[in-house]
This record gives sequence, structure tokens and C-alpha cells, in this order.
Amino acid sequence: MEIEYEGQSGLYGLMASFDRPEPLLDAAREAHAEGYRDMDAYAPMPVEGLAEAVGFRGNSVPRIVFAGGLLGAAGGFGLMWWISVIAYPHIVDGRPLNSWPAYIPITFECMVLIASLTAVVAMLGLNGLPQPYHPVFNVPQFERASRDQFFLCIEATDPKFDLAATRRFLEQQKPLEVMEVEA
Amino acid sequence: MDIEQPTTTAAGIDPGPAKVLGPGHDYGTVTDKIGGVVFMPFTKTPRQLFIGFACGFVLANVFLLAITWLFIRGVGIWGIRIPIAWGFAIVNFVWWIGIGHAGTLISAILLLLKQDWRTSINRFSEAMTLFAVACAAMFPILHLGRPWLAYWLLPYPSTMWLWPQPRSPLIWDVFAVSTYATVSLLFWFTGLIPDLATMRDKARGPVARTIYGLLAMGWRGSARHWSRYQKAYLLLAGLSTPLVVSVHSVVSFDFAIAILPGWHTTIFPPYFVAGAIYSGFAMVLSLAIPVRRWYHLEDLITMRHIECMAKVMLGTGLIVAYGYGMEAFIAWYSGNQYERFMYMNRAWLGHYWWTFVLLILCNILIPQALWSHRVRMNVRAVFAISLVVNVGMWLERFVIVVTSLERDFLPSSWNRYYPSVWDWATYFGTIGVFLSLMFLFIRGLPAISIFEMREVVHHLVHPEEPSPAHGD
Repeated sequence: MEIEYEGQSGLYGLMASFDRPEPLLDAAREAHAEGYRDMDAYAPMPVEGLAEAVGFRGNSVPRIVFAGGLLGAAGGFGLMWWISVIAYPHIVDGRPLNSWPAYIPITFECMVLIASLTAVVAMLGLNGLPQPYHPVFNVPQFERASRDQFFLCIEATDPKFDLAATRRFLEQQKPLEVMEVEA
Repeated sequence: MDIEQPTTTAAGIDPGPAKVLGPGHDYGTVTDKIGGVVFMPFTKTPRQLFIGFACGFVLANVFLLAITWLFIRGVGIWGIRIPIAWGFAIVNFVWWIGIGHAGTLISAILLLLKQDWRTSINRFSEAMTLFAVACAAMFPILHLGRPWLAYWLLPYPSTMWLWPQPRSPLIWDVFAVSTYATVSLLFWFTGLIPDLATMRDKARGPVARTIYGLLAMGWRGSARHWSRYQKAYLLLAGLSTPLVVSVHSVVSFDFAIAILPGWHTTIFPPYFVAGAIYSGFAMVLSLAIPVRRWYHLEDLITMRHIECMAKVMLGTGLIVAYGYGMEAFIAWYSGNQYERFMYMNRAWLGHYWWTFVLLILCNILIPQALWSHRVRMNVRAVFAISLVVNVGMWLERFVIVVTSLERDFLPSSWNRYYPSVWDWATYFGTIGVFLSLMFLFIRGLPAISIFEMREVVHHLVHPEEPSPAHGD
């Protein structure tokens, strides 16, 4: 496996592996303090504070879900109102056409339905999934990222990235191994 | 990496976390243990699983036979007759949908309450929810008489210019059940994504690798992805919590909003929700106890899980008992002669008095044994009681639906209900569909959430950190 380093074109980044979440967290913080920005950490489970350590800000999922919920509630209520008042006006039990308390169960269900669909679609969409190809999978050891190992990848696109210097930096973080990631 | 079992002092006040996982596990071993169940060669798969699946599959074929005959002849093959128009279809609908509720309770409500013992059983019970809701939803549709016109239930611009009636609890039911099925599927699948990635990376054969790979959608465990994932999962849990309460409340409105004595009571929504959780936990226990034994998962589904579930069963059972007591009290205290007659007829005057007696025995008297610690720690006893509760909760719905409809206000319209062989075939048939799907799920997908078990492992190494739960 010969990688062309000329202009670092064949290289996605440098990846360090760890056997526990704590050294990964320390390394990610260290890398951020060092000035690296284009990087990501990979873990087989959520690790508290890891996303912040690699510089992730502004999780917009909750706001999108809130909008979805409002839309669902408004849509559900609007549909019931439109059916009973405009499309098919029908007096039942002597109640007024706009007997809105009876629309509340459906309004609630539509709110939950649309908010839930939004939550999943927003999460997948913002994460860029489904994604058929990603360079990190070129590293053979990376299959343990879904089992028991923790990885930090500093990407070649980072302005501060320098093969030798970055490798030296990662090796100071006491990793199990530092590997090159083919693009 | 070895994990030291935390001492009681390290685990803090609650020694519980030590018992949610057997000794000697690390991130890798929980992965291999749970994933190993899926990648077990066919020759090593427990024989009982094949026998269980075979029984389920035979019953599933009985179901196909029963509904084929139903489609040919119509609902007249069932025992329903005016005024007992609901019969088994609605009894089974309510029973199945109630069973589903425990799955959502375990995965959503216990997540929000940060109950560490939910982790080993949540995936399993979410799958149970999904399949139970599928069985439930078939009944009202089959009961329509012309099931091929089921889409008439939905609001859509039709050439007939007709719209569903938004003031009817039956149309609320359509929205509640379809939302519940969709959200349960989303919750289950979202929870599976990281584990599907684990399966993809563990799979050695090209077919398994491709299938799990497609389903995992390229999940790579990025920190940014986990952050959005946890938020989405937490929000799904937050949305499912009121949803699960609303679904069985709406199901109870199908009864409570009618004026029939025996149905027209304000206690129905809370007592139906408690009953749903009661029967659901019973079903989780009835399924988890054998599977745990067949696959030797005793160190993942520990006695602590069984005991906690038994306690929830006891607690919700008491709420249900209170509901029965209140029904009897209001029948007497209201002074309403129809209510009083309904209760007398239900409990001993009517020809189905024995179903009421069995119901009290199964749902109230026998489960009281769970007060004893010795009984709760005895797996066989808990299994037996869970089966008894499943039967009891089915009888409850039978008593509510049948005895109330048999004797309404006018003696001239009274009638008797006898289920036909097709009623039984359809009912046992859905049990077969449910078991087949459950066993296929256990064979093909990780039945315990692997990444959440890794969090449990992490928590056992670092007991000082907040307990493993998604989100903030």
C-alpha cells in the first residue's frame, strides 16, 4: 500500500488509536488547544464532552424538532378544523362545528408524529448519513471503533496539518498506534 | 483491560449498578457476547429457539388460514352478533396494544428516569412493542368487514366527498395507533444504528456484511454524530413518554366516551394505562426469562432486572386492582340502577361470571405473591406469574367488552356471545405471528443494546460519573 504524499493528496489525515475514552478526550482537547480544527474523534459509544473537545458547537437538532412539532400540531389541528368546519360541516350531538376540544387528541398525535420523524431525519441529515464511503474505514484497525477502541483523526485539510509535526504531536498523546488514513 | 468490580463503597449508596452486569466484562466482551448470539452458527443455535419459532410459525399459518376464510366469508364467521358487535377483535386489539406499552415505558420513561437496569432489556422490549402493535393494528382492520377499504379511515380527498369524524374516539384511535407504530419503529431503528455498525464490522460473510452495512448507513461513531444522535434519541424518548400514555388513554376513550354501563367511566384512561404496563411487563418477563436461559445471558439480564420488572408488575397490578375496586364502588355509590345491574351481572348473575372470578384471581390475587423477596428471586415463579398476568389481562378486556355489551339498557336487545373457532384461530394466530417475529429478531439482530452496555461498563469503571443515559 503505497500512498502518494506529494502535496498530501492521497492522504485524508493521521489517526491515533486509544484503548480507553479518557486518553482520547485528553488528546482531543490537547489537539484543539494546539490549534487543530479539522479533526474528529470516533468512539464505540457516546463519550461525555468529546464532541465539544473536537470543537463541535451548536447542536441544532432540538430546534429543528421543535419546529417539526409545531408544524405537526398546527397541521393536525388545522386539518381537523378544516374537515369539520369547511369540508364536511356536520352537526354532531348539537355541538358547534368548531368543537375544538375534540380535536386535541389528534393535534397531539400529529405533533408527536411529525416531531419524531423530524428528529430522526434531522439527525441523519445533519450527520450526512447514509454515507456509502468514508476514508476512515480504509484503516484496518478502524473496525474496532465499533467495538472497543477510540480514535482521533486530524485531517490533512487542516491548515496546521504537517505530516511529521502532526505525527509527533499525536505520538505524544500516548496512543496505541498512529496510522495514516488514505483518502 | 480488566474491570474491577466496584466495591460497595465505590458504587455509592446504591449497590445496584454492580448487579446490572456480571463480573469480568469489558467493552470488547459485551460486544462479543451480544453480537455472538447473532453470529452463532446454525448448528450451535439453541434447539429451543428453533422449536419456539416452529410453534410460532405453525400458528402464524393458522392465522393466514383464518383471515383467508374471513376475507371469503366476512365477519359472520366470528361469534359477534348484535349487540355484541365488538367481540374478540377488540378484546385482542386492546390486549396486544397494551402489551406493547411496556416496551416504550422501558425504553423511554426509564431512560428519562435514568434507571440503569433498563439497558439490558430495552432493545428486546422495543422489538416486542413493534410486533405487538403490528398484531394489535390488524384486529380493527380485520373487524371492518371490508378490510380492503381500511384506507377510508384516513382523511384523504375522496371522490365521495366524505371525511372522517374528528369528534369520534374511533378516529382518534386511528391517529394514536398509527403514530404509535411509526414512533416505535423510529425509536427502535434509531437505537439500532450504532449496533448495526458493530454488526457490519463483526460480520465475516459478504452477505451479512452488505445487509448490516446498508442498514448501518455508514455509521462511524464520530463524536459529532454521537452528539446529534444523543439529542435525537433523548427527544424521541421525551416524545414517546406522553405518547404511550396518550395511546392507551385514547384506546380507553373508545369505551369511556360511549354511554354503555361498564364502559362509561372516567377512571378508564389511568386504569387502562396501568393495565397496559402491567400486561406489557408480564410479556417482557414471559419472553426474556426463556431467552436468557437458552442463550446463557444470565450475566447481562441479571436477577436485578427480573426483580425490578417483578416489582413494576406488582405496582401496576395494584393500580389495576384499585381501578376494579373503584368501578365496583361507583356502581354502588352512583345509585344508578344500570350501573349496579351491570356490576351484578358481571360478577355473578351473568353467564360469564366465571371469567370475572378468574380475572380477579389472575390479576389481583396470584400476583400478590410478588411481595415476597423469595418469590421475586425465583425465576420459575416469576415466569409462572407473568403467564398468569398475561391471561388475566386478556380476561379483563374480555369482561369489559363482552359482559357490558351483552346487557345494555333494553332487555329486549340482550343477547349472548360465544366465540367461534375462527375467533380462537385468529387470536392464537396473532400469537404465532408475534412469536415468529420475535424469534427472527433474536436470531438476526442484537437483542441487547451493545453500545449502551458499553456505557454500563464505562460506568462500572467510573462510578463517580453520572449514570449512563443518553443526552444531558
